[in-house]
Amino acid sequence: MFILRALIADGARAKAHHPWPRVAVDAKTWTAAVESLAAGDLTLVGLWGDGGDVHMALCNEPASEFAVITLACLDGRFPSVGRAHPPAIRLERTIRDLFGLEPDGADDIRTWLDHGRWGIRHPLGAAVPADSGGDAYAFLPNEGESLHQIPVGPVHAGIIEPGHFRFTANGEAVVRLEERLGYVHKGIEGLMEGAGLDQARRLAGRTSGDSTVAYALAFARAAESALGIKAPARAYYLRALMAELERLANHFGDIGAICNDATFPLMLAQCGILRERVLRAAEASFGHRLMMDRILPGGVAGDLSPEHALLLSALVGEIRRVFPKLVELYDNTASLQDRTVGTGFLSPALARQFGAGGFVGRASGRRFDARKVPGCPPYDVLDFDVATRDDGDVNARVWVRIREVEQSLSLIDQILDRLPDGPTAVPVEPATGEAREGVALVEGFRGDVLVWLRLDADGRVARCHLRDPSWFQWPLLEAAIEGNIVADFPLCNKSFNCSYSGHDL
Amino acid sequence: MRRTLFESIVHGPLTEPRPDPDEQSLAELAQTLDGAARKRLGRSLSIREVDAGSCNACELEIHALNNAFYDLDRFGLRFVASPRHADVLLVTGPVTKNMEEALLRTYAATPDPKWVVAVGNCAFDGGIFADSYAVTGGVSKVVPVSLHIRGCPPSPTALLKGLIALVEQGSRSWNESLKPGARGA
Repeated sequence: MFILRALIADGARAKAHHPWPRVAVDAKTWTAAVESLAAGDLTLVGLWGDGGDVHMALCNEPASEFAVITLACLDGRFPSVGRAHPPAIRLERTIRDLFGLEPDGADDIRTWLDHGRWGIRHPLGAAVPADSGGDAYAFLPNEGESLHQIPVGPVHAGIIEPGHFRFTANGEAVVRLEERLGYVHKGIEGLMEGAGLDQARRLAGRTSGDSTVAYALAFARAAESALGIKAPARAYYLRALMAELERLANHFGDIGAICNDATFPLMLAQCGILRERVLRAAEASFGHRLMMDRILPGGVAGDLSPEHALLLSALVGEIRRVFPKLVELYDNTASLQDRTVGTGFLSPALARQFGAGGFVGRASGRRFDARKVPGCPPYDVLDFDVATRDDGDVNARVWVRIREVEQSLSLIDQILDRLPDGPTAVPVEPATGEAREGVALVEGFRGDVLVWLRLDADGRVARCHLRDPSWFQWPLLEAAIEGNIVADFPLCNKSFNCSYSGHDL
Repeated sequence: MRRTLFESIVHGPLTEPRPDPDEQSLAELAQTLDGAARKRLGRSLSIREVDAGSCNACELEIHALNNAFYDLDRFGLRFVASPRHADVLLVTGPVTKNMEEALLRTYAATPDPKWVVAVGNCAFDGGIFADSYAVTGGVSKVVPVSLHIRGCPPSPTALLKGLIALVEQGSRSWNESLKPGARGA
C-alpha cells in the first residue's frame, strides 16, 4: 500500500521541501522506482533536470502519496526512465536538450525541444556555443506496401498553435502519426532563473495562455509552500472561482470547436456565445478577460465586489438556461454523433500508464482530479463529482466536458454562497536567508499542472519547473489516431486539445 | 435543432456596433504604408494567422473575433487557411528561433501586395520573453510590419479597432484617388 513511503525510507530527506517529501536517492533506488512505474504501481508526475541532478515526482494513487526523488548524476548520466516507462521518453529527451544530462540506456536519443536553432546547446546546463542552422530530424521509419506520408505544419490551417505532424497513411487510414513539437519553445525555465517572485509568477501565467489561472495558482501554491505561508480564506475561494470560470470558458470553446470540426458550426456559434459571456463576466469581476496576473503568491490581486458576485450568479443562471438545450442538440444530432462516437479511441490501459489527466484521462476511465487528490482548499469542503467514462472516444471526451461544465456551475454557486469575508492577500517576504523548495499540483481545465520551485536565500528563483498536462497527453494522441481516417484527425486533435506552448515551454 | 435555430431568429442578433478605428493604429499605418500600398488595400482582406511562439492567449482572442458579438466577417475581413490566399499575415508571439524559418517561409508564400500585423506585446518587442536564448524578440526583426496591436493579450475589441484602421486607411486613400485631379494608382 505505502510503496512510495518504503521506496524513499532510506534516502536523505531535503530539509526545506514542502508539502511532499523530497529524498536524495542512489541509482539503485532510482532504478527500483523506474521498475515500479513500469509495473504500474506508481504514476509519473514529472521528470526534470536541475544543474547536475535529475528529479522525479511520483504518485502512488491508491494511497494518495506523493514524493519527489532526486538523483545526483555521475559523469552527467542517469539511468533512463523512458527505457522501461515510455511516458518519460520526451521528458528525458528534454533534459538531454536543456541540461546535457544523458539518460543511460535510452532508445530514443533524438533531440526534442532543441531544433538546432538557438546558437547554443544545453542552455540550462553547461551551455556551449553551436551552429544555429537547424538540425536534420530523423522521423521513425515506416515500411510496408502502399504507404504514403502527409507532412502537416508547423503552420496549420486554423487559428491554432504550431507543431508538425507526420502522418503515414495507407489510403485514408492512418498507420502512424509522429509528432514533432518544440516550435514555440520560449525558454521559460531559463528566464525563470534569477527572476524575482513577481516576474516569475508573470512568466508562469504565460506558459499556456488558456490555463493562465491554473499556472498562476500552481506557482503561487508552490511559492507559498516553499515560504511556509498561507493565503487568507477569501483568497482560496476567489482562486477557485477563477479556476472554475477558466474551466467553463475553455470547455465551451472546446465543445463548440469539436462539433465545428465535425462540420456542425451551429454548436460553435452557440458555445462561442457562452464562452464570450464567461470572459466578459471575468473581465467585469476581475479586470481581465482571461484573469491573467490575478493570482499572486500570498493571495489574489483585487477583490470581488457584491455586485460582481451577483453578476456571476446571473451568468450561472444564463448558462443553466441555455446549455441543456445545446447538450440535447449534441445528443440528438445523428450526423454529429456519427462522427464522434467510436472515433479516436484511447484505451483505459494507456491512459492509466501515461497518468493522463483531465478529460483525456477521465474519458478513458482514469478518475484522477488534482482538486480531490492532493486537493487544495476550498475544494475539500465543496461538493462535486469527478465525471468519468470508459468508452475513450471523441464522444466520451465531449461528455466529460459537458459533465464538468455542470459541476463547475455547481461549484461557482457554492463558492459564491460561502465566500468568506476578510483580506484577499497576505504580505510575502521571499528572502528567508536559506534555500527553500515548494511543489504544487493544480487541476487546470486540461488536467494537472505541476510546478516545482526552489528559491535561493535572497528569495530569487533558483530553479522552476513547469509541467503541463499535455506532456502525458500528446503521446496518447498518436495512439488514439491509429486506424482512423486522416479526415478525422482534426476532430481527434481538438478532442484532446493539448497545449503546444505549455509543452514546448 | 429547429428550436435553437428558431430562437436565434426571434431574439435578433447579438452582434455589436462597429467600433471606431484606433487612432494610434491609423497614425502608425500612415507612417508604415506608402501611398501606393495604401491604395491597394481594399475593403476586403483575407487574413492568415501565424503563431510564432505565443502562449496561445492571443489565439484565443483572435478566435473570439469570429463569435456572434464581434462578427469579423461583416467588415470584409476573413481568416483563410493558406498564406497563398492571404493579403494580411496576423502574427503573434515573440518569434521563437524554432519558428523563425516557418514565419519567413509563410511570408514568402504570401502573394504581393501583403501586410503584416503583429499582435500582442510579445510580437511587438518580445515582451516578457525578450531576453531568452530561444526568441528573436519581435516580429519586425524577422519580417516588415505595417501595424502593431499591443496588449497581453489584446481584447477582441482592440483587435477589431486595429484591423478596421487597416481597411479604413486603404479606403480613405481609395476615396482620395477618386477625387478630381488625383493621380491614379
